Amino acid sequence: MKAADAIVECLKKEEVTTVFGYPGAAIMPLYEALRKSPIRHVLVRQEQAAAHSASGYARTSGKVGVCIATSGPGATNLITGIATAYMDSIPLVAFTGQVKSTLIGRDVFQEVDITGATEPFIKHSYLVKDAKDLPRIIKEAFHIAKTGRPGPVLIDIPVDMQNENIEFSYDEEVNIRGYKPTYIGHIGQIKRALRRFKDSKKPIICIGGGIVSAKAEKELLAFAEKSKIPVVCTLMGLGGMDHNSPYYIGMIGSHGDKVANKAVSEADVAVFMGARIADRATGGSKLFAKNADIIHIDVDPAEIGKNLGTSIPVVGDVKNILEQFLEMAQPLNTDEWVKYLTDLKQSDIKNRKPSSNVNPKYAIQLLSEVLDQNAILVADVGQNQMWSARNFKIFDERKFFTSGGLGTMGYSLPAAIGAAIAAPNRQVVATMGDGGFQMSFFELATLKQNKVKLIILLFNNEGLGMVREMQYKNYKAEYGVNLSGNPDFIKLADAYGIKGRRVLQDDELKEVFDEAIHSDETFLIECIVDPKESTL
Amino acid sequence: MKRYVLSVLVENHSGVLSRVSGLFSRRGYNIDSLSVGETEDPNVSRMTIVVRGDEYILEQIKKQLNKLIDVIKVIELKPEQSVYRELVLIKVGVATHQRPEVIEIVNIFRGRIVDVASESLMIEITGDEAKVSALISMLEPYGIKEMIRTGLTALERGNKEIKQHNKYEEE
Repeated sequence: MKAADAIVECLKKEEVTTVFGYPGAAIMPLYEALRKSPIRHVLVRQEQAAAHSASGYARTSGKVGVCIATSGPGATNLITGIATAYMDSIPLVAFTGQVKSTLIGRDVFQEVDITGATEPFIKHSYLVKDAKDLPRIIKEAFHIAKTGRPGPVLIDIPVDMQNENIEFSYDEEVNIRGYKPTYIGHIGQIKRALRRFKDSKKPIICIGGGIVSAKAEKELLAFAEKSKIPVVCTLMGLGGMDHNSPYYIGMIGSHGDKVANKAVSEADVAVFMGARIADRATGGSKLFAKNADIIHIDVDPAEIGKNLGTSIPVVGDVKNILEQFLEMAQPLNTDEWVKYLTDLKQSDIKNRKPSSNVNPKYAIQLLSEVLDQNAILVADVGQNQMWSARNFKIFDERKFFTSGGLGTMGYSLPAAIGAAIAAPNRQVVATMGDGGFQMSFFELATLKQNKVKLIILLFNNEGLGMVREMQYKNYKAEYGVNLSGNPDFIKLADAYGIKGRRVLQDDELKEVFDEAIHSDETFLIECIVDPKESTL
Repeated sequence: MKRYVLSVLVENHSGVLSRVSGLFSRRGYNIDSLSVGETEDPNVSRMTIVVRGDEYILEQIKKQLNKLIDVIKVIELKPEQSVYRELVLIKVGVATHQRPEVIEIVNIFRGRIVDVASESLMIEITGDEAKVSALISMLEPYGIKEMIRTGLTALERGNKEIKQHNKYEEE
């Protein structure tokens, strides 16, 4: 069969039901094959959104996200989306068209070396040299994307190869000799870790995105509660631990909860699970967890020892390791420590500051009360991200995600679209600022075309809030962060046929949230926020 | 800062060299030399990389290399347990009356003369770094016109093969 049709057959074998993309000359044969297939193609309005939507889709469905672009500028537009997925370890397979194989290297129309360009921030990439290899390549690409530490994989396919005739056969097994991730923790290391716990008076567990991607939330909760060890999380780990558990303390980091940071600094044993603990989590301090023996559990051995001096490394899948821990776990003598932390957590709760505009922190807290127990909140980047992360209550099946590692503005709208397509029966809310919205608002057309229902919560403080705050802190003046010239966002939404309302005061919020939740269609809520509103 | 020699087995795919050297440059690791060639298996190439750094950097380099899908195995070749060799071609400026003494030096080092010209000789030598450096310093007074060193290549002594090493050291 034609290679392009074989590609579609491979996608079907990989149980791909939805792809996000934007066509062009170099990827046309694949698009013709897609036209004849049952796979749903979501046409975005810029390729970066295709990658972000595939990312939101992957994070919500647990499947590999697929995005497709043409050669040249189509491929380069994917780059930010791929780097975003790489930094957050999201399983993605990106298909890009490439110019005719005999013309590669001659700077022809819409030619770029995309495999070279993405090399620094991709898990693996393929430039197809022989169309016969396509089924094997696709099988390997999906395997690499979703196993071990997940990540993006790119397949660059010259247009002439898409048209070649090949034999189609899909291997059941993958065998890549250079790629054999370790899933089962070394029993000796696990026993060492548990022994270290036994004598500890102030243990702390810190979870990252790895708990979420390993789907190990239940095992973590069981282990924390059985051993009576309090839990903190990084931005990427939010949602990995049920907020209603008495053992959940809070989020660490430069924008985290004071009690959570205190817990880590006073702990005598700190276990990091599925977290890479980069500078935002440590607050850039060399004194991070200074009093603790560090146990680091991760499926990627390169992360262990990279940022933190680790006493006990355990390489493996965190879900497996937690199951092994559970078998041998004993309740520890931590009642005093847990009480100390939960008392501190209570005293940290601040009263709502009166504001002449909308208080965004209160808005998110109120949202937490009115949304379903399986709602999904996708945050953009900046102040809106931290207001969302710090104030959204995550319990039961609720989900929260954002662009944590790369901090890509414009992520939340397309990612929320991907999430809503993956979970059409769940409430999906996208929060963003006026800056982030303008980086991807064109996806409102994609949303409309695909009849996606979102609640868009836009915090308008007429500027880049977080940068502005940092400028005032460091230089006592702002520069280049004022977004005057903003359009009337409600009118803009209306131009796309999307309903919306502007909110000026906190007391309007409940009614507007109700209207948005009960609407059958997407609803944009624009909250006017004081430019001086602080992040923390 | 210490010097370490790494032997890396890689899939013989195009772009592998670029991936490995890209990894080093993007993470700021210092490479002294890199040599690569085929092995007994034509699908597999072997790279010998000499890096400079401390224990932490060495650990990170090994782990980051292992993350590359095309990398099959990474081992460290410690000096006491391995044979290190380098090949050098040296073009020395030699007047006719000086030729006998230069030939004598080359013979002492068991090197070979591979080219003769009216005012120069080309010398080939293989050996470990110490031997090669010693010959070069003996030839310097005559005037070295051109020189090329392949960079270190090495194999582990004894019966063990690289394939038999565990991918990750025991933690």
